[in-house]
Amino acid sequence: MKPPVFKYLRVASVQEAVSVLAEYGGEAKILAGGQSLVPMMNFRVAQPAVLVDINPVKELDYIRPQDGWLRIGARTRQRSLERTPEVAQKCPLLAAAVKWIGHPQIRNRGTIGGSLVHGDPTAELALVATLLDAELTIQGKGKSRTVGPADFFEGVMATRIDEDEILTQVSFPVIPPRSGYGFRELCIRHGDFAIVAAAAQITLGENGRYAAARVAVSGAGAKALRIRGAEEVLVGEIGSAQVLDAAAARVPGEVEPIGDLKGSEAYRREMAKVFVRRALEDAWSMVKEN
Amino acid sequence: MPQTAPASAIKKWVGQSIRRTEDRLLLTGKGQFLDDMKLPGMYHAAVLRSPYPHAIIKSVDASEALTMPGVRGVLTGEDVGRMSSPFPQAVEEPLEYYCIAVDRARYVGEGIAVVVAEDRYLAEDALQAIRVEYEPLPPVVDVEKAVEEGAPILHPKLGTNIINHRDLRYGDPEAAFAQADVIVGEKFFFPKYSSTPMETFAVIAQYEPIEDIITIWSNFQGPFTMHPVSVAALRTAENRLRFIVPPDIGGAFGIKSSMFPQMVMTALAAKKTGVPVKYIEDRMEHLMSSSSGTDRVTYIEAAARKDGTILGIRKKEMDNVGGYLRSPEPACMYRSTGNQLGPYTIKNLAWDAYVVMTNKCPTGPNRGYGCQQLYFEMERIIDLLADRLAMDPAEIRRKNLIPTDQFPYTTPTGGIYDAGDYVACLDMALQKADYAKLRQEQEKARKKGRLVGIGLATVVDPSVTNIGYITVAYTPEFRSSKKFNPKSGSGETAVVKMDPLGQVSVIINTVPEGQGHETIVAQIVADELTISPDDVRVVSGMDTFTRFWSITTGTYSSRFASVGASAVAMAARKVKEKLLKIAAHQLEVDLDDLELVGGFIQVRGAPERRLSIRRVSGLAHWNQWGLPEGMEPGIHASYTYNFPCSTPPDADDRVDSSATYSFIADLACVEIDPETGQVEIKKYVTVHDCGSIINPKIVEGQIYGSFVHGLGGAFYEEMAYDESGQYLAGSFVDYMCPTAVEAPELIIGHVETPSPLTVLGSKGCGESCTMSVPVCLANAVADALKPLGATINRLPLKPHDIWQLIQDGTSSSAPKDARKRK
Repeated sequence: MKPPVFKYLRVASVQEAVSVLAEYGGEAKILAGGQSLVPMMNFRVAQPAVLVDINPVKELDYIRPQDGWLRIGARTRQRSLERTPEVAQKCPLLAAAVKWIGHPQIRNRGTIGGSLVHGDPTAELALVATLLDAELTIQGKGKSRTVGPADFFEGVMATRIDEDEILTQVSFPVIPPRSGYGFRELCIRHGDFAIVAAAAQITLGENGRYAAARVAVSGAGAKALRIRGAEEVLVGEIGSAQVLDAAAARVPGEVEPIGDLKGSEAYRREMAKVFVRRALEDAWSMVKEN
Repeated sequence: MPQTAPASAIKKWVGQSIRRTEDRLLLTGKGQFLDDMKLPGMYHAAVLRSPYPHAIIKSVDASEALTMPGVRGVLTGEDVGRMSSPFPQAVEEPLEYYCIAVDRARYVGEGIAVVVAEDRYLAEDALQAIRVEYEPLPPVVDVEKAVEEGAPILHPKLGTNIINHRDLRYGDPEAAFAQADVIVGEKFFFPKYSSTPMETFAVIAQYEPIEDIITIWSNFQGPFTMHPVSVAALRTAENRLRFIVPPDIGGAFGIKSSMFPQMVMTALAAKKTGVPVKYIEDRMEHLMSSSSGTDRVTYIEAAARKDGTILGIRKKEMDNVGGYLRSPEPACMYRSTGNQLGPYTIKNLAWDAYVVMTNKCPTGPNRGYGCQQLYFEMERIIDLLADRLAMDPAEIRRKNLIPTDQFPYTTPTGGIYDAGDYVACLDMALQKADYAKLRQEQEKARKKGRLVGIGLATVVDPSVTNIGYITVAYTPEFRSSKKFNPKSGSGETAVVKMDPLGQVSVIINTVPEGQGHETIVAQIVADELTISPDDVRVVSGMDTFTRFWSITTGTYSSRFASVGASAVAMAARKVKEKLLKIAAHQLEVDLDDLELVGGFIQVRGAPERRLSIRRVSGLAHWNQWGLPEGMEPGIHASYTYNFPCSTPPDADDRVDSSATYSFIADLACVEIDPETGQVEIKKYVTVHDCGSIINPKIVEGQIYGSFVHGLGGAFYEEMAYDESGQYLAGSFVDYMCPTAVEAPELIIGHVETPSPLTVLGSKGCGESCTMSVPVCLANAVADALKPLGATINRLPLKPHDIWQLIQDGTSSSAPKDARKRK
């Protein structure tokens, strides 16, 4: 479990990173927290010829509320998301989800951008980004673009980012007033990769009915999935156990799980429903209290 | 800081929770582990491993690898076949097992070639350049399929995958089953699982050609049976093969008994390349190619009277030992011969034992060796019997437990249970759990549709293996033949010495792996010599060239508190006796008039006439003329403690397979989430009778450690293979060890019945809960699912497995209930 020889470059700025990436093309890989990449290199599953270490890039380490968004630099540590009060205030679902990422040692090093670009289908951050329609800002040489989750997450360990590009910023919408949220995860042990995880956020309108609803699951497809059917059931309704049941009942038909050692296809499909129902229950009980 | 004993127990260190003397070094990162060691000019080994579960090795071409930077040499199967011999086996059949594959690979991960290079990185680079031509063969991983007609045969010379079979009978099982009012039967599957010590296998080997000496440093835990086994494989002599073990080992749990093939492999690599070679196994290698317990299929039946008296057990067991039978296998099958019938007064046993090879990694000792498998089938069948008889599982156990007045108790299989109060332990467990109330709460919860279950397990926890048990694998006819050399014994040696200034050192050969032997030895010797534990220096580690060791030397089978502690106490007593004799000579008094008090030898009734230990010890070195006539100068004593009950098996295959036997009564209460299949442990009570306790804190640590290991077997850990023989658990992502988060707080109780066979009355507790926890939790889960008509017959129980049982039960609970009522 030792990697083969690779070239190691430290960069101090986004600009420098982008020009190094342009120089080495597909041979280079960005090293952020290294919590997935380094084990993969040790297993020789990943054998990048060049490692571009962006840990010194301080300009990518920030958490900033701005214009109704929470803007987060891509090199921000997961532990910072967990511990920065603004995250809990402006985007509490994100703060709740981050606690489910691995263990403290992993979150101390792991970054938000690293997790998103890696594209693990059960990653908590990808689920939250999918649920909340996060905006992902990507910098290439002389060009910058911002995309939503649908144009970013492609499949298992696959994201749409070019070899010469770097993810620089992730923006989450600030939670609207009269909203509740829930994040639930099923794993065999604490800190494991999720078998399934579910996230929900609902917003009450002035009339006491659900004005907006967001529902997403991971572990039930090649990437995190929005459950639009469940959202449609919820919007315009008054919260009740029956409504939540009806929303959750839409989950099995909208997921495409693949069975493995930790759960059969049928189990994952059912758990996606159960955990969506539980996440909705959490969200509902929050707005009920309002 | 010096520690002081409580005033109520002056000079009595044994029985106190004194701080572990080992921890200062370990907690400050100053432990000396094998990987901390470097030899001048040392190279590093990496192993190319088979991607196939079963394949003929047609050719190995290392020519390109040899040209790569830093590569010193490559050891191939061809070299191994030429330079070494197959390891000797504990069965009659001629099985060829070498340290790496010679002409055929028999499991995924089996060594094919070894690269020796300047560092591990370069060595792994070179692995990628070795070209191997394989001819894949059909694999078999299922133990039942491996014995079918037409199954792929792993070792063509044997013509069968069954490497050992004994049809053993004790008492009169036919009569027992004929008399029975009820007979219950079930098929059980126990998974392949391991211990995953924090420190993996680590070896440094060096060959010195002028004197023809091979030195192997390793974190090997014993038994040193494997020294002669390795001598034979390396075609050398005992006094030319040196095993050295450093003072610190990062956990072993039985798994490091099975590392001798890696030791021999590294030695051959060193011999071939002419340089010292270090091999540090990585985690992937450890999970895929080191060792584990066996997976076992059992068909078992229990016969009983209506009143719950269990008359007999009839069973067929099939142990899956993987691609080769590796010594000490087939011990997983026979290690528990003496305690096959557990803590019960059952008199009759029919035991059809098969040991089978398949395309999985070979097996060996794993904490609780053979007993997890045994008690899973036994304690589950007893619960099924209780169900059938509509008896409370606590009552059926109480009815059949060996009564307290019957100790020492000889079992039908030859075990001699030295001491214990089994009924008191069960009662204490029930009382600590508030059993009656727990059952009432369960009843209430069930009415609300909640899945709450209570499980019990009562098991005998054997400690100090008698190596004679392994020969149960042979027929009595073979054992009585002239070509057979009987085996028996469980001895351990300790040395206590006093240097010229009177300081005490104790040398132990038990290669402790974290158990706290140093602390316990200091407690024992402090008591024997009336000094402070801080004044006792304990030297651990091992060196076969300079220590007094034997076949049974090492730490395994929870043996230290029984045999190691006894050897230490007896050696200290020999030292004390010598001190008293010298003092009697000096003071010109009768030996019987002297006593040892607070570090002084004094005349009874005239304590002013005294000599300090230091003074007497000093005299033995500095003034040898002043010794009694005929006495040897210096102060040192060695003592080898052995148990007379550790005899070879008799003609009826009865053997006292362990010298002492502890007892455990466990109770678990669980609740299952009916939607997800997740299990919550709401309460876990574990009561132990492990004799007199030397250090309660250390025993508590052993109980917690063994509990979590048992928890792994129940819910988390499995070295899983798919049907094509591919290994599925190559990292800790897939091989799931429980962590502190998964471990509940335990309610621990003790009943202390001193063993009459050990010097301090103490016996083993290190493996304990690994044996009881898997089945206790299985029983609790089964009890929770009982309203659905589901049963538990395999482990581990992951949430999706339990969920599936719930689905099956919910969809067909009516007919199943009806069937049960018949």
